Amino acid sequence: MIGKKKWYVKVLIIIALLVGAFYAAFPILWMFLNSFKPNSEIFAWPPTWISERFSFDAYKAIFQSPDQIRFFINSYVIAGTVVVFTLVIGILAAYAFSRFDFPGKSIINTLIVSVQAVPPITLLIPYLSLIVTLKLYNTYWALILTYMLFTLPYAILMTTGYFNTLPKDLDEAVMIDGGSRFKALWRILVPTAIPGLVSVGMYTFMQAWNEYLFALALTKTNNMRTVPVGINLLMGQHAYEWNQMMAMSVLGSLPVLILFLFFQRYFIAGMTAGSVKN
Amino acid sequence: MTKGNRSSVFKKKTTPYLYLLPTIILMLILLIIPIIMVVRYSFYDNVIINKNPVFVGLENFKKIITDSTFLAAIKNTFIFVSVSVVAHLIIGICFAMLLNTRYLGNKTKGIFRVIYVLPWMFTASVIAILWKMMLNPNGIVNYLLQFFNLTSQNIEWLGSRKFALLAVTFINIWSGYPFYMISVLAGLQGISTDLYEASSLDGANAVQTFFRITIPQLKPILISLIMLDFVWTIQQFALIWMTTGGGPINATETLSTYIYKQGFSKYQYSMASASAVIVLIICTIIAIFYVRHQKARD
Repeated sequence: MIGKKKWYVKVLIIIALLVGAFYAAFPILWMFLNSFKPNSEIFAWPPTWISERFSFDAYKAIFQSPDQIRFFINSYVIAGTVVVFTLVIGILAAYAFSRFDFPGKSIINTLIVSVQAVPPITLLIPYLSLIVTLKLYNTYWALILTYMLFTLPYAILMTTGYFNTLPKDLDEAVMIDGGSRFKALWRILVPTAIPGLVSVGMYTFMQAWNEYLFALALTKTNNMRTVPVGINLLMGQHAYEWNQMMAMSVLGSLPVLILFLFFQRYFIAGMTAGSVKN
Repeated sequence: MTKGNRSSVFKKKTTPYLYLLPTIILMLILLIIPIIMVVRYSFYDNVIINKNPVFVGLENFKKIITDSTFLAAIKNTFIFVSVSVVAHLIIGICFAMLLNTRYLGNKTKGIFRVIYVLPWMFTASVIAILWKMMLNPNGIVNYLLQFFNLTSQNIEWLGSRKFALLAVTFINIWSGYPFYMISVLAGLQGISTDLYEASSLDGANAVQTFFRITIPQLKPILISLIMLDFVWTIQQFALIWMTTGGGPINATETLSTYIYKQGFSKYQYSMASASAVIVLIICTIIAIFYVRHQKARD
């Protein structure tokens, strides 16, 4: 009965999926293709898909520029540090939320949830003033600190969720053996929750790697700029070397893209954590 | 009560706060104090630049509300946000339903899911530069439109007052829909198949099933998504800043580019703070609804 109806519905769905895939992926494909073209062919009319003068020149230009390499180092250092600090502080907070009842718990929890709704742009002016006062302007710490406000709430909520799924017997067993709560947390809970923590870590990395506004406003010199700001700097400096900008975009997107392709299930779990509850 | 006992009770009571201490300190320094600062700045004249700023009451707010650029920014932000949110919602639901189809195997669906999530993986500056290239008058978008006979001239998408807001909204839609799609997909997978079976036994067609079962079941997720997206889109800065910079002639000026310019091009930190406070108030109202909504779901 369904069989007859099935084949054309299936064809329609496949056509719709392909149209959607074109919308989603064509710009990304175009970015990759253009990174291998000479600059003069970027706006060729009709467009060339794969250039006859296909080359890695744009990538070579990026790798030969100390400024560009510095942007990558800065981004890795900042995003890496943010991940470590966010995980450690987040684990501690999540442990309190998961294993204790205490006055003020619900208020602190509400505060943490509501950070998601605070627009970073509204904090920009006070951050500038704070960071200048603390003598952190144009340093890694300016960005590491400010990013943590936005990575931490998510990390705490996710990690609390993971800890809640682990039975309390686990930590009590350690405590009966004479271990402290602290030991129970790091020796038992954290190792058991590793898959969840990997997902939190990746999401944090992605947030920190991709941030633009504070990176633009709280740093000044090229040796402190991150990849997102660096990509944009190429626009002015090199009088629109589009192929290099595309190569830089590809290189700048690779870390997140690779993490995503290998761990997409964790990523997707992370994306839905904010809005979907089980 | 012995001394040792009392100290152990004290220890027990303070333990959770010790675990929370780093978080509380961070929230205090990076959230509470800055919010107090920005609200305070908005009532003073020439903060940061002037060492002894003067209290001016609501003067900054009065200046902003009568600033035609600010009014343009409000209007543009409203269009940008509402069109983005509605488009995200429609595209997100459509793609999620395609990915949830019974007609295809899990492997095929998995591949398409990866492709569909891709735009979410790219940082705003990559998206901005990529679309700036594609929307160039001689770019691929104009070529494809002309190839399919949809237009006969090379349109200045980002450079003309007529199309710029439409173009940045379009870019924002492309970059933001995967979040909806993935959340809706998770929601769809959570709907019990019994509901669909009951509905098909009642003889309901696909459209009826969609509006009577799918949408009501997804409603809590959709409301959360809309509220989060509203807050995220209202503050969208990077995409607009790097594609049009708010121009041409204020055509794409939004609240976030307005705040940034007041602060970092004009050094009017008080004006920037006052407009930031206005954005904060709007977002706080949404946040209150969001938190209530989330709590009601728990």
